[in-house]
Amino acid sequence: MSAPHPDIPHVAEARNVDWYEASARHRLTTLLDHGSFIEFMGPTERVVSPHLDLFDLPKQFDDGMVVGRGQFDGKPVLAAAQEGRFMGGAFGEVHGAKLVGLLRAALDVKPDAVLVLFDTGGVRLQEANAGELAIAEIMRALLDARAVGVPVIGLIGGRAGCYGGGGLISGCCSGLVVSEQGRISVSGPEVIETNRGVEEFDSRDRALVWRTMGGKNRRLLGVADAYADDDVESFRAATLELLASPRAFDLDALKARQHMLESRLARFGDCSDAIDVWAKMGAEQPTGVPDLPADAFQALVARIAKEHGA
Amino acid sequence: METLTFARKATTPAGGSKPMAIVGVVASGNLEVLVERVLGTDECRIEIATAALGFGDVWAAVVDDFVSRSATGGLRFSINDGGARPDTVALRLAQGARLIAEDAV
Repeated sequence: MSAPHPDIPHVAEARNVDWYEASARHRLTTLLDHGSFIEFMGPTERVVSPHLDLFDLPKQFDDGMVVGRGQFDGKPVLAAAQEGRFMGGAFGEVHGAKLVGLLRAALDVKPDAVLVLFDTGGVRLQEANAGELAIAEIMRALLDARAVGVPVIGLIGGRAGCYGGGGLISGCCSGLVVSEQGRISVSGPEVIETNRGVEEFDSRDRALVWRTMGGKNRRLLGVADAYADDDVESFRAATLELLASPRAFDLDALKARQHMLESRLARFGDCSDAIDVWAKMGAEQPTGVPDLPADAFQALVARIAKEHGA
Repeated sequence: METLTFARKATTPAGGSKPMAIVGVVASGNLEVLVERVLGTDECRIEIATAALGFGDVWAAVVDDFVSRSATGGLRFSINDGGARPDTVALRLAQGARLIAEDAV
């Protein structure tokens, strides 16, 4: 028998599915309770990008965004997943509108949560105006959903990471789960190097890119709120944990967040590398952090959080 | 972009009862295949939108080989292709046919 193929959802409904390798639809169907996912505007409806024909580019029947509803640990949720392999998971008009619609629907149906499985390089250049507008509309809709008490959790561990407008949206979420493979930033490595020079950021230094933007550093800095191993079960457990301790979304919470960011900048602002940051945090072997297995890394996060009350 | 359509007589109706299945992703060297159970049981249609121009003969060969080997009666295959090689196309078509041949949940 051949090995299960990641694009075939029925082969492995168990959750030992590799998050990084799985398709958007496969991540969603295995993350949610078995058989509960119902897709809105699925591929048979063929709601495709109206712009890609102009550039003689192939379309995808779901425009790289899978949205729908389902059950998560028995509770009703809305969920969306980006397909990072189609145009880098980038936001175009339809792609973005599907997420806007889902988040606005949350105001009516008041699900227990909205789960957003990010996998994006940012805005699709071929439909950039529509994509940028979509980013703004998504942030507004996301914050509106949070304002009525619906938590919006972002899950990041795909091959495109979460960049550009996707990085901005992730910053609006109630909480983020990230794996080691999940990079989070606004400007990508090449963009920074192009604008600020190779001495500012060497995009070809992969180790530098990963220890700066990768999931471990983002978790240690408090950008992400939970760390998952690279499999669906681990993402599910971390998401459940975040949902179990809901956060307030009010002026006091925003002030506390602002204070955290200011003190983080004051404490680490003069560091020139993530390794310096980790050393200041108190990691015994800062250069060894990228090689730590998940359980040892989780222990480090817990110890640092305890010592600094973060 | 080039669009190609192949209509074939199917020898065997597709098994199972799922109304649709989808496999693959549109990316360089890859393709997505959407399979829908919407035709008469002796018909099979394959509609292709491809970024690689001028490979109609190769597509015809892959399609004929696939239809002769698989139970495709009643199925419409819609393909968005990012320039996949013939072996990848054959694999995705076979995956699609197998996936829709399951019973609906």
